Amino acid sequence: MTDQTSGADLLTTADGKSLKSSLNRALRRQKIRALMLIAPLLLFILISFIAPIFDMLLRSVENQIVPDTIPRTIEALEEWDADTGEAPSEEVFAAFYTDLAIAEEYKTHTRLGSRLNYEKTGISSMFRSTGRRVGRFDTDAYTDGFTDADAAFADPAQWAAWMADDAVRASLPLTTDAYDAWALLTVEENNDIPAEEDPADFVYTALYRDLMNGNTAAAMPAVDVSAWEPVVISEQFIDANDGWADPEVWATIKTYGGTYTSGYFLNSVDLQLTPDGVETRPEDERIYITLFIRTIVLSILITGSCILLGYPIAYLLANLPLRSANVLMILVLLPFWTSLLVRTSAWKVLLQNQGVINDILVWIGIVADDNRLELINNATGTIIAMTHILLPFMILPLYSVMKTINPSYVRAAKSMGATDWTAFWRVYFPNSIPGIGAGSILVFILAIGYYITPELVGGTKGVFISNRIAYHISSSLNWGLAAALGSILLVLVLALYWLYDRLVGIDNVKLGG
Amino acid sequence: MSALPPYASTGQRAWFYSYRVICGLIFFFLIAPILVIIPLSFNAQDFFTFTPEMLRLDPEGYSLKHYQDFLTNSDWQLALSNSLKIAPIATLISVSLGTLAAIGLSQSHVPGRRAIMAIMISPMIVPLIISATGMYFFYSNPYIPTPFGKVYLPFTLTGTYAGVVLAHAALGIPFVIITVTATLVGFDKSLTRASAMMGANPVTTFFRVQMPLILPGVISGGLFAFITSFDEVVVVLFVGSAQQKTLPWQMFTGLREQISPTILAVATILVFISICLLTTLEILRRRSERLRGMSPG
Repeated sequence: MTDQTSGADLLTTADGKSLKSSLNRALRRQKIRALMLIAPLLLFILISFIAPIFDMLLRSVENQIVPDTIPRTIEALEEWDADTGEAPSEEVFAAFYTDLAIAEEYKTHTRLGSRLNYEKTGISSMFRSTGRRVGRFDTDAYTDGFTDADAAFADPAQWAAWMADDAVRASLPLTTDAYDAWALLTVEENNDIPAEEDPADFVYTALYRDLMNGNTAAAMPAVDVSAWEPVVISEQFIDANDGWADPEVWATIKTYGGTYTSGYFLNSVDLQLTPDGVETRPEDERIYITLFIRTIVLSILITGSCILLGYPIAYLLANLPLRSANVLMILVLLPFWTSLLVRTSAWKVLLQNQGVINDILVWIGIVADDNRLELINNATGTIIAMTHILLPFMILPLYSVMKTINPSYVRAAKSMGATDWTAFWRVYFPNSIPGIGAGSILVFILAIGYYITPELVGGTKGVFISNRIAYHISSSLNWGLAAALGSILLVLVLALYWLYDRLVGIDNVKLGG
Repeated sequence: MSALPPYASTGQRAWFYSYRVICGLIFFFLIAPILVIIPLSFNAQDFFTFTPEMLRLDPEGYSLKHYQDFLTNSDWQLALSNSLKIAPIATLISVSLGTLAAIGLSQSHVPGRRAIMAIMISPMIVPLIISATGMYFFYSNPYIPTPFGKVYLPFTLTGTYAGVVLAHAALGIPFVIITVTATLVGFDKSLTRASAMMGANPVTTFFRVQMPLILPGVISGGLFAFITSFDEVVVVLFVGSAQQKTLPWQMFTGLREQISPTILAVATILVFISICLLTTLEILRRRSERLRGMSPG
């Protein structure tokens, strides 16, 4: 032991190592062991839960389908200026012809049509009707022209040989691109060998365009195409569906041509992305802001009625002797533990027009038999049923806060001359506010994302944003919009939870009292 | 509050009794909807309200036919067997992984404990509709994205039992983590040290010393996970197909489309199941409090 060594190194374990490093090693081992215990679950949650949430967030901006299905069109459209008010050039139509002919084989054109239909109504039917026609375009004139000019053009093996030749590939870019796409399609969709199949019309069309552009390949027989009667592809399209002459359709395709889009998010707040920038949607298409406001207003009303009904119960339970409080607590916990669908079906039965509540009211004579109350399939039904379902979530946090309020405070207030009301309002109530805060945030968070109960008792006027999300997933199949609405809801809920964590602490979440 | 003092004024008396009446009404609001479906489920008619025969307590007005329908109808039987298959497996996964992780989390010096805890609790925080949406999208991918690229699977998880079980296990985990962590707070660490000192290896220590003491927490976490899966409908609706329909799914579609009184019979059975669960949990809670010497008296 010398003076130079530091204090920690002076202490050594039995085997001569310094205590500090020994301790560090033990701590590290402990850390690793703890992490090994946590790792399986963490991995499980990451794969089964967190990844799906990220998938949803990604889908709310993803627009892969447009550039994936019609890549050539999107590229060609870059040159086109929507402000000219004219339909794009023949060049764009030719690129679109190749794209659509391929997409039609893969049967992806209808999906692209539905995707673009969200942005401009009518595009879906244009894609469907044109998809049926694209195989019968007059471009087969080119195919015939080439095969008549030289028999080599009708030989699949010869085509395969040309397309394996780098010199040909370099000199005929359009043909190479079209042939490659066709060959891939032949293998993937039809399980055929490209060297044994006749190339599709669009390959010959691409060759014609290459030759017209002045590109020639030395390996191929020379064909003079300039004398041929040209097939105007834009006319073919407009003949199939006159919507293709509308520059707005092309502007929509151009606007939504990117890999990512803010379109879904704009759509979920009643805006739309147009070629001229962000605009509000037409009056009759604005539904989401209304729906968000309704969801929030109804959730606030439900939270309010839960406070109103929950506070007296929590106060009673907190101030009764423990034995009787425990018995009464069962009345709170039984609904808490009963299946959500049992409670919802009970309300569906009770609130019906011919249900128990209306029957009793008619029997007492408050309500006339022909004028029964409309209690279900509207906002009233949602509020009543959800207040009942969420009430335990208000009572339990309120109760646990009220249990901690020292009864001597109220006694002190009274001994100093406060009336019962003053003692409650000025002393007890302020102490119970943390409980109200905790319960309210909890109830509000649960209410805002509720799906089942509004769906069953809410009719059309009592549904929430979550019902719209479900509708877009299962009925309208607009997944991107569903994901965008879900992402907005998620951000809202996480913000509220952050608030809850600041006020109460997530660790203090109590289960069943 | 507990009793009225002898010197109470008339006003205080009036308030005391009216307050109790108000509370009685609220308790009635809480419990009556659940109780009212029990007699209705014995209705001899296909009505959802009390028939005059029922009100006269005429035995003719009551029957077990809705229960009979539940036990013979193949749709309900499929739903029941699916529920009884999916919930236990999902519970088993959540409990085993959750308990291990809770023990890991309870040790001192866990780096990033708050972040890990937040991730593990998240299935409880995120609204079910969002979880269901995300899972529906993700499970319908025929691949798993990894940082190194996509690993392609020969199947998709939507419309399979595996998908539903996986989703339900994830939803049940927060409950296991919360209850087991709460039990571990009262766990005396010196017991494991004592056991190690006397020559037990960590596995023996876990099963012979730690597990018996935290068992009430594990069981109640398991019950929460079970009931979460057993009651869950949103995720099954999205991730599952008609082949995986569970009791809540069948009730939900029944309530939405062709409402049949069999739903009330099923609801009555479920109410009794929840009463059993509630009793078990209450017994466990008292036992664990007694063991920790914090008896409620």
